[in-house]
Amino acid sequence: MIYLQLFWSFFQIGLFSIGGGYAALPLIQNQVVDIHHWLNIGEFTDLITISQMTPGPIATNSSTFVGMRIAGFWGAVVSTAGNVLPSCIIVLLLAFLYSKYNKLAAVNSVLAALRPASVALIASAGVSILLNTFFGEGAIKLINLNWIACGLFAVCMCLLRTVKPNPIYVILGSGIAGMLLYLL
Amino acid sequence: MKKNKKIHLALFTTTLYISALTIGGGYVIVPLLRKKIVEELKWISEEEMLDMIAIAQSSPGAIAVNASLIIGYRMAGISGAFVTLLGTVLPPFTILAFVSLFYTAFRDNRIVGALLKGMQAGVAAVIADVVITMAGGIIKDRELSSALIMIGAFLAAFFLKINIVLVILACAAIGLVLYMIRKNKEGRN
Repeated sequence: MIYLQLFWSFFQIGLFSIGGGYAALPLIQNQVVDIHHWLNIGEFTDLITISQMTPGPIATNSSTFVGMRIAGFWGAVVSTAGNVLPSCIIVLLLAFLYSKYNKLAAVNSVLAALRPASVALIASAGVSILLNTFFGEGAIKLINLNWIACGLFAVCMCLLRTVKPNPIYVILGSGIAGMLLYLL
Repeated sequence: MKKNKKIHLALFTTTLYISALTIGGGYVIVPLLRKKIVEELKWISEEEMLDMIAIAQSSPGAIAVNASLIIGYRMAGISGAFVTLLGTVLPPFTILAFVSLFYTAFRDNRIVGALLKGMQAGVAAVIADVVITMAGGIIKDRELSSALIMIGAFLAAFFLKINIVLVILACAAIGLVLYMIRKNKEGRN
C-alpha cells in the first residue's frame, strides 16, 4: 500500500513539474510535507541542501531519499520509477509528434502561461523554507527570530546578487560560517 | 547485433559519466551532454540537438532525465532510451540511498547539525535569488497576462493553500484560452 502511495505521489511530481530546475520543488513540498507528512519542513530543507551538493535532479534525489526512508530500498525504486514514468511517456510521444508536425502553436501558448505560474509556485515554496529558516517550527514572532540565520541569509543574498558565485560555494560557506556561529 | 550492443554500452557509459559528475541539476547537464554528443562523438547535428533540448524543456519532469531519454531514443529506439535513463538515474539514486541511511545519525551529530542549519540559510538565499531572477525576466517581457498569472498563482498557492496541481492545470487552461482568443483575432483581421 505504501509502495502505491509513494509511486502515485512521485508520479504526480514528475507529471506536473514543468520547466525543469526548481519547478519540482513546490510539488515535492506539497506531496511529501503537506499531504503525506513523510518529512517535516526542516528535513525537506535538508533534503534540498543535500540535493544541491550531490549530482542529479532534485526530483530524482528526493524520490530516492524519501522512498528509502519511508519504505527502504524498494520504496526508493518505486518512487524513482514513478517519478520518471511521466517523462518517459511524454518525451517519447512529443519526440514522435515533433518529427511529424514540427511546431505546435497551442503547446507553446500553454507553456507561456505555465512559466509565470512555475515562478510563483517556486516562490511559494521558497517563502515556506525562508520562514522555517528564520523562525524554526515556532510561531512567526520576533522572539522566535533566529538572528544568525537572518545574518547568513543577508550575506549570501548580497553575494549572489553582486558577485554571482557558484551557489554550491555559497551554501558551503554559509554552512561553515553557521557551524562556527552556532557552536561558539 | 554486435554494433547495436556497442552503441547501447556507449550510451550508458556516456550518460552515467555525465550524470555522476554534474552537481546542480538540469541546466548544467544539458550543455555537457551537448558537448559530448555533438562535438566529441558527432552522433547528432547541432540543429537537431537544439530541437531535442526544446522538447526536453517543454516536457514535464527533470530536464536532465528528459534530455537523456530523447537522445537514447534517437540513437537506438526504446531500448536506447531505457539505457540512457538508467545511466542518468543510477548515480543520484546510489548516492541518495546511502545519504538517507546515514542522514539521521549525521543530523543528530552536534557539528553536522550546526553545519546543516547554517547551510539552510544559504539554500534559502539561493532559492530567493533564482526566484528574483526568474520573476524579473517575466516582468521584463511586459506581458500583462503573465504578470497576472504569476501574482494569482502565488496568492492561490501560498495564502489560499489551493492544491498546486489545480493551480498548474488552471494556468494551462488560461494559456489555451489566450491562444484561442489570439487565433480568433487573427482570423477576423
